[in-house]
This record gives sequence, C-alpha cells and structure tokens, in this order.
Amino acid sequence: MAEATANGLGQHALHATDAHDAAAVATTDTHQEHPIKLYLVVWAWLFILSTCSYLVDYFGIHGYLRWSLILIFMMLKAGLIVAVFMHMAWERLAMMYAIILPPILVLVFVTMMVFEADYTLLTRIAFFGPGP
Amino acid sequence: MTDTTVTHTSQMEPRPAGWRGIAADWASDQRAFKNVSWGKAMMWIFLLSDTFIFGCFLLSYMTARMSTRVPWPNPSEVFALRIGGSEIPLILIAIMTFVLISSSGTMAMAVNFGYRHDRRKTAILMLLTAALGATFVGMQAFEWTKLITEGVRPWGNPWGAAQFGSCFFMITGFHGTHVTIGVIFLIIVARKVWRGDFDTGRPGFFTSRRGRYENVEIMGLYWHFVDLVWVFIFAFFYLW
Repeated sequence: MAEATANGLGQHALHATDAHDAAAVATTDTHQEHPIKLYLVVWAWLFILSTCSYLVDYFGIHGYLRWSLILIFMMLKAGLIVAVFMHMAWERLAMMYAIILPPILVLVFVTMMVFEADYTLLTRIAFFGPGP
Repeated sequence: MTDTTVTHTSQMEPRPAGWRGIAADWASDQRAFKNVSWGKAMMWIFLLSDTFIFGCFLLSYMTARMSTRVPWPNPSEVFALRIGGSEIPLILIAIMTFVLISSSGTMAMAVNFGYRHDRRKTAILMLLTAALGATFVGMQAFEWTKLITEGVRPWGNPWGAAQFGSCFFMITGFHGTHVTIGVIFLIIVARKVWRGDFDTGRPGFFTSRRGRYENVEIMGLYWHFVDLVWVFIFAFFYLW
C-alpha cells in the first residue's frame, strides 16, 4: 500500500500510516535516501570549484574576466548546495518556487542601490574633490 | 495530541504541470506544501528571511564600496598570511572555505544515515560537523585578532576606505554567530540521536512533541544555509 509521490526521482514512497498508530512518528516522513556516493561527488565538486575561485585570486586575474569567473563559480557552488545537499531538487515545484524566486527580487534592490551609490560618489567628488 | 494532517499526494486529483500546477497548489483552502512537513517548510521560510538579512548586509557593503572616493583595501593582501617566508594571498580564508564545505559534506551524510536509522553513524557525523564548525569559528577568531592588532577598526584602517572595517566586522561577525548557533544546535540534536529519542518518540524538552529523523534533515538545512552564505561572502567580500 505504498503510495508513490508525484515527483519520483529517488524520493521514496510515503510510508503508509498504520491504523493503530495515527500519531505515529513516521507518518509524514518523506524519506530522502540517496546513495552516499552522490554526496561524495558533490563534495568533490565543491572542493574543485572553491579551488578554482581561489586560483582566480592567486593568479591575480583582473577586470571583467575575474568578476565573471567569481560569479560563475559562486552560482555553481550555491546551486549544488541548494539542489543536492538541501534536497531542493527533490522537493515539490510549489515549494521550490516559493523559496527560490523571492531572493531574486533582491536584484531589484541591487539595481536601486547601484544608482544611489553612483549618485553619492558623484556628490562626494563634486564637494570634496576626487579623493586623496 | 495529533500531528498536522497531511494531504497525501496519491489521493488528490492530478495537477496540471508547470505554473498552472503551482497556482492550483496555492489556490483554495488547503495546505500549500503537500508532502512537506511543517517543520521543514518553516525552516525553509526562516532561511528565506535570513537570506534577505544577509542580502541586505552584502548590499550595504556594495553601496559603501561603490560610493567611496578612497580606494578599497585589497582583500588579497589584507588577508594574506606569511607562511615559510612568503606571503600567500587569502590562504586562511581558503582553508576556512574548505573546512566549512567539508562540514556540509559530513552533515549531508549524517542526514542520509539518519533516514536509515543508523543512530551511531548519524551522531558521529553530526559531532564531526560540529567540530569542523567550531574549527571554522576558531579560525575566524584568529582572523579577527590579527586584523584588530593590525589596526582595523569599524571606523578606520591603515590601508584605505574607512568602511572596510565596519563591513568586515558586520558581515563576518553575523555569519560567525550563525555558525556558533549551528554548532550548539548540532550538539543538541546529535545528543538526541545518540540517546535514541527519534526511535522511542521521546517528547522534546521544550515543545514536548515527539521528534523524528526528519529533525536531522531540518538541522541540516540550517547548516547548509550557513555554508551557502559563506559562498556568497567569499565571492563578494574576499574575492571581488
């Protein structure tokens, strides 16, 4: 009487409730059982990506190449952690969107503050000169 | 005492795919996160709010750095360590990053063994995670001490823009606090696992509700989040 969850992908079936055990401990356990190897592979990738982003600084890469490399490695690491370590890849779509979409709105705030910072810098230069 | 009711996904009529499915899940008087327990959903929502807190810190750092006329101190040089007679840039921060990633790896494995009801391995891996977290905090304390002795203060520093100190202490301090709280909670949950609380259904001391092995995963969510925040701090504060 195991019930298959809507989004399969390694997520095991919800455990059927025992009739005598209505408030049972395991009623709502959505088991996240994946092979240990998966975690080790992700772990290794996180090490590789961290090393890469460290090497960007070590070799003193500058300009747009530096910034884009940093951002790429950062997003890949963040994606791996959220998707595999935090099991977001196996959650329901409604849950995923509820958690992942709102932080993207921070980018609107970023845009606003970029304009604000430029304006502040311009004002400072106008009043105090171009700096020491 | 009854647990919250669960909408079993198999008993519902099939949902349309994509956005229509999301709208259907959110619409009408029902539980939005069908098979997600409240404990997990609430942890995710807490983490979302924490994301905004750290987002605002990094934003204020960006604004301060963009709007100053004085050059920003070069983090590559500021955080360099002298090892064996040569300056190695950012080395301590790199080691801290690897320590925190390793702790995330052990935590993910602890969650896995928790769902297999392997008490011993779960507790040991959680304590290992806590030890790595404590190492991280220790290294951060070392870093703070080094910078303070070199004259970094929230209102100034010897190398450039005065805002460097305030941004540094604010962001890393808040992150370190999160790690410290995580270490404490890891030890508490590891003790529960070790004692077999989640097998016997022993009531928790504060909520007097029975825990399950999912609690290990919820604890893990918090811990991975701490690691996640460090990924962004590492990129924006130390590498940029």
